[in-house]
Amino acid sequence: MSKKHGALRGSLLSLTALAGMVSLVSAAQAEELRLLTWGGYAPDEVVEMFEKETGIDVEVTLSNNEDMISKLRATGGGGFDLAQPSQDRIAGAQLEYGIYKPIDLGKIDNDKFIPSMLDATKSNTTVDGEVYGVPHVWGTSGLIVDTSKAAAVKDYTDLCAPEVAGKVSYRLKRPTLIGFAYAMGMDPFAAYGDEAKYQEILDAVEAKLIECKANVKTYWEGGDALLNLVRSGEVVAAMAWDTGGWKLNNDNADITFVAPKSGALGWIDTFALPRKTKNEDAAYKWINFVMQPEIAAKITASAGNFTASKGADEFADDKLKAQFQGSFPPADLDNIKWYPTVPAGLEVLEGKTLDRVKAAQSN
Amino acid sequence: MNKSASITTGGTFRFGLLLLAMPLLLWLFLLVILPHVDLFLVSMRERISYGKYEFSLINYIEFFAEPLYWNTYVRTAVMSIFATALTLIIGFPVSYYIAKVMRGKGKNVLFLMCLIPFWVSELVRTFGWMILLRESGVISNFLQWAGLADGPVEMLYNDAAIMVGLVYTSMLFMVVPLVSVLDSLDDSLIEAGYDLGGNTFTVTRDIVIPHAMPGIASGCIVVFMLTLGNYLTPNLLGGKDSLWFTEQIYTQFITRFNWESGSAFGFLLLILSSVIVWVGLKLSKQTLSETVG
Amino acid sequence: MADQFDLECRNVVKTFDDFTAVNDISLAIPKGSFFSILGPSGCGKTTLLRMLAGFQAPTSGDILIKGSSVLGVPPNRRPVNMVFQHLALFPMMNVAENVAYGLKRRGIDKQTIAKKVNETLARVGLPDAGPKQVNQLSGGQKQRIAIARCLVLDPAVLLLDEPLGALDLKLREHMKVELKQLQHEIGTTFVYITHDQSEALVMSDQVAVMNAGRFEQVGAPQDLYYNPKTAFVAGFVGESNRWTGTIGSGDDNKVEVILPTGGKVLAKRDAHMPLVEGQNVEIFVRPEAIAIDGASGAENTISAKVENVLFNGAASSLQVRDVATGQEMTVALPQTGAYASVRAGDEITLGWTVENTRCFAANQSGAGA
Repeated sequence: MSKKHGALRGSLLSLTALAGMVSLVSAAQAEELRLLTWGGYAPDEVVEMFEKETGIDVEVTLSNNEDMISKLRATGGGGFDLAQPSQDRIAGAQLEYGIYKPIDLGKIDNDKFIPSMLDATKSNTTVDGEVYGVPHVWGTSGLIVDTSKAAAVKDYTDLCAPEVAGKVSYRLKRPTLIGFAYAMGMDPFAAYGDEAKYQEILDAVEAKLIECKANVKTYWEGGDALLNLVRSGEVVAAMAWDTGGWKLNNDNADITFVAPKSGALGWIDTFALPRKTKNEDAAYKWINFVMQPEIAAKITASAGNFTASKGADEFADDKLKAQFQGSFPPADLDNIKWYPTVPAGLEVLEGKTLDRVKAAQSN
Repeated sequence: MNKSASITTGGTFRFGLLLLAMPLLLWLFLLVILPHVDLFLVSMRERISYGKYEFSLINYIEFFAEPLYWNTYVRTAVMSIFATALTLIIGFPVSYYIAKVMRGKGKNVLFLMCLIPFWVSELVRTFGWMILLRESGVISNFLQWAGLADGPVEMLYNDAAIMVGLVYTSMLFMVVPLVSVLDSLDDSLIEAGYDLGGNTFTVTRDIVIPHAMPGIASGCIVVFMLTLGNYLTPNLLGGKDSLWFTEQIYTQFITRFNWESGSAFGFLLLILSSVIVWVGLKLSKQTLSETVG
Repeated sequence: MADQFDLECRNVVKTFDDFTAVNDISLAIPKGSFFSILGPSGCGKTTLLRMLAGFQAPTSGDILIKGSSVLGVPPNRRPVNMVFQHLALFPMMNVAENVAYGLKRRGIDKQTIAKKVNETLARVGLPDAGPKQVNQLSGGQKQRIAIARCLVLDPAVLLLDEPLGALDLKLREHMKVELKQLQHEIGTTFVYITHDQSEALVMSDQVAVMNAGRFEQVGAPQDLYYNPKTAFVAGFVGESNRWTGTIGSGDDNKVEVILPTGGKVLAKRDAHMPLVEGQNVEIFVRPEAIAIDGASGAENTISAKVENVLFNGAASSLQVRDVATGQEMTVALPQTGAYASVRAGDEITLGWTVENTRCFAANQSGAGA
């Protein structure tokens, strides 16, 4: 018996030693920044420059809004040092799950940000007097249209027109609900605070989407899948992000991003600190690093969207600027509907609406 | 050294056995039982306000009250059963051919051909089907080229496409147990069946199928479970009308942040699969131990 | 004439690629007889049987059952049934269902089936075995059920593919007798294939000895034993002392064979077998044909030294060595009491007649038993 115990203790000891070595090894490694972000927001070039300048390794995990919240919720805000959720999705998630940590604005070079965007984001992400997010990349969602085949599509509701039957696509997500609501002449953002009113809007949109379902080829999920559908001509009009349209425009001049008549939906992706961030300093270093105009321009080139970095426009690619101006004449630019913070509970209502649309028979 | 190592007392023996079983017990407890208990607890609570939860059956009540969830649940079960049956109907002759008709090298080649699709991930396989079936895809183009269709044909985004994908994905898991069980069937039993006056139908019904029953049952259980729990295939091939229950669970967990109802759905799926497998075993007069062992 | 035969083969040939498994076999089996095909493994007997059952088609030639050709008739339509080597009882059915299987295929009504099954089970001596599972039966019982399963269909011919091979020795001896009796009682024609000469000799009315795809000799067991026509039959059927040698002088009835050891043996000259001086031959002498103490009339006599006494009851024998030439041979030791005193080291006189010394040309193929 005693020998057995000895053996057990021995193996336990060696296990402990092994674990110790592993932690030693990781400690001996260079500092690390674990970044939870979107595709294109941390291009290799920028990561390398950052690593060279600071000696900090950057480990990039690609994600989206829902996935970010789910990941951080599962670990109670651990596993990552810096996240990039959209500004409208911070306050609710913070209230509900407490997954973020306030940003120390003193550690951020405020003058590198476009002031209006910084202020808007700060106010949208404030919970109990603390600011949880600063802006990084912004863009819009609207329509990608093959103008040679579906020039008539000018607004979200035009996707339901018989001329494009079976050749349109959109996501079954909340931006679609909001976009259709605006196109139907309602103002969902104004109804954010009034649940009953909002439900009314949702009901109207639901009816429209169910009616429109037969027109839809498929509800797209991943951006690449949609781009393929449009590129192959199977889809001629879709609700999507501006960058996707511009990307397609590079290959086929007929296809481009169109700001809908009722207004494109504007979003801002931010920097937010997960509550259990292990390397806060590196996170601030990264924020300040990528907000430098030249670096921000590189991110614009890679992600296709503009940043909140002051003066980065100068360094941006001319073609992209031209595409942007083509899609957004001044009037349309003013008409962009910026997402306000989503109040808690609204997403449950939206979820049920989306469920019912999904379940409805299309023919 | 030898003396102390040899097993001398019952106590030592039991301790040794416990030590040996430790990895299995740990695995069972930490990775199977504990998560399920947690899932169950989460499913039994209701969110009251920010960070406040109370015990409640609301998630289960909601499932039964909302026809969408119900419909999806039943649809998933029915489609899975159908896919399993279809896999069996296609897989059985294939397995029979591999096990009983082919000899030597050809046998291995055929078996390998069943295996090859599984060298790539499910995602790639599904994309493969999408390339074939889509409007601008291979089959559509071929039909137009052959003059069998006037315009592009869309074969994607419907239940048939889901079925094709599910059957294709599950085929191997049906063929492997069937081939091994048919391999074990003595050829002379089949010959005796013919010799005594049976024809292909009666020999298959009275001799081959009864012999293959454990393999059929285990193949069906595996395929059914895989199909029921499949997420990618129905989602990608089914498009706007896919309506698969795992999608509901994914949506609840990931896009709705509603872990409570997601857990409840997960549990309901577990119950569904257990009940259907149990009923299937009863109907085919098989026992789980026979089938798995 | 033809309908006197239950089964006929006419010049049946079966080739697999470039291998000829069955080479120009012709046979005719009279009604109600027990016919065995005896041969070493690989001789083609199983292929022949499978052609009779219909599992394989002959490359050329014709097979007739009750006078009509069955070429192209599938196994389930042939009036023959087969008892398989490992019996092939259906494990998924009980005994009664096994026996009823063939009747059900014929669409016979349930009462008749039940009646026939009971009758047949009684006939094979297992009247109560019906509800039993196959794996509850002993080896001998399984054997009988396998036969009952065929007999219930009243086949014109029952084919048996070494069905006793899997049984232990004692049971095998017992089953030989039982099978013979059963066949005698029911009168169905049996075609039995085996590699065991004792099974063939004990049970059969006629035995065909098969080698390398051909029948070496067809005849009654006694005929094969006492008048083998080829060296193969002489060697395969029964025990023999087998020597090689060359032909010396001789006359019409007998020849002198010179052994490599220098000994000389007088052998019978068969009328149909031309033998010339100097030709290499094989000679066969059965152990029981050799008389100890030189019985009268024996043309061959030697004195030999006993090397071993192999006591095996009625099958006891002596291993001896010719004193003059050192030639080894085996001699049967009759257990009559007369030779009870023979011991190893004794010197004895042996004698056997020309009649019992068979001589065959040596270039014939020959596998020894």
